[in-house]
Amino acid sequence: MRTSPPSAAPGTRPVELVETSRAWAIAAGVLDPEVPVLTIEDLGILRSVEVSDESPAVTVTITPTYSGCPAMEAIRDDIVAALTDGGFDDVHVRFVLSPAWTTDWMSDEGRRKLEEYGVAPPGRTDRPVSLSLSVRCPQCGSPDTRELSRFGSTACKSLWVCSSCREPFDHFKTI
Amino acid sequence: MDVATSSVRQGYVLGLADDALVAAQRMGEWIAASPQIEEDVALGNIGLDLLGQARSLLTYAGSLETPVRTEDDLAYWRDEHEFRNVHLVERPTADYAVAMARLLVLSTYLCELYALLRSSTDGTLAAVAAKAVKEVDYHRDHAAMWVLRLGDGTDESHRRMQAALDSEWPFVDELFDSSYLNPVLLETGVAVDPTVLRSAFDRRMADVLTEATLAVPSTRPAPGGGRSGVHTDAMAPLLAELQGVARAHPGATW
Repeated sequence: MRTSPPSAAPGTRPVELVETSRAWAIAAGVLDPEVPVLTIEDLGILRSVEVSDESPAVTVTITPTYSGCPAMEAIRDDIVAALTDGGFDDVHVRFVLSPAWTTDWMSDEGRRKLEEYGVAPPGRTDRPVSLSLSVRCPQCGSPDTRELSRFGSTACKSLWVCSSCREPFDHFKTI
Repeated sequence: MDVATSSVRQGYVLGLADDALVAAQRMGEWIAASPQIEEDVALGNIGLDLLGQARSLLTYAGSLETPVRTEDDLAYWRDEHEFRNVHLVERPTADYAVAMARLLVLSTYLCELYALLRSSTDGTLAAVAAKAVKEVDYHRDHAAMWVLRLGDGTDESHRRMQAALDSEWPFVDELFDSSYLNPVLLETGVAVDPTVLRSAFDRRMADVLTEATLAVPSTRPAPGGGRSGVHTDAMAPLLAELQGVARAHPGATW
């Protein structure tokens, strides 16, 4: 399951659809404060954006990566600020837990950006097992790596080291 | 949902919430006190997951009464007898082996509990459980790794790991006590009957302990009473630390 920009639902008036698309685009551009190259859309935590015809009021629904993710409040404030700047005065951010987030919702674009940033992207649980089960070093590309610690700088990462180039790096845990 | 059902449901949710909250508080004590820096980070992260679970559950518990109470109202402004956590999670963990023995017991129990709670007829509990089950499974792996390493390590590490297990074991039975549960919660499919989790728990514990060359303790069960608000001597100092700042500066924000 992946999030996607809104498409026309039966009975939706064109003006609402335009506003919903615009609100989605603004919300989708908000960056994750802990991994500031990824947008909340790349990360797959942006679940929906709804614009009601009155006011207009915007309701943005997001889901946490981990139950205790401390970035959720900051992300909520950033969404409200971005949409307010975009001319939406009545913005609500809703947190949902179900369905539970999985790294499979991270976009291919997000995975590419993550690797460029120096964080090894998560594996996939929704596709057949890839050729290599190992985590590739984001610095030199070597598959000769090992886990140093199952926990890292944030709840969503573990700490690895590359045996080829000797550099330590973060790996976005696959869940 | 009538008022009685709401309050019965709230009692159950508080048990789940307080187990997570108090366990998180004990985990947090290891930050900067662990045997190695990776463990400071690991136990900090585990505590954060547990705290996140506690926050969702406390928020839900607070919404089940009128007027509504917030997660902070429930965490900071209830007194000792109003907490519903089991004794396992509240006692101090001065030895690292004790912290790992306890984490293994708690996370093995929570893995089984949350796996079943995903099918609760209560949509909020089912959602929290579906999220939390992946987290506690990761915690269990971590605890099992340390129990193996210490149990099947040196004579000294083996001795202390076994002593740690022996110290935690009297508090295992309380986890599986269903006597406090209102039958309505089971009939309506809201709660999981903890007695059904015991055989899977025993099996999974035995697998780890056997591999770690440790013996399943045969200690006598402690009296329990946490679900009714009766706690050990350790609870008051724990709450003093947890609640001190909020109570010294009511309503403070930053």
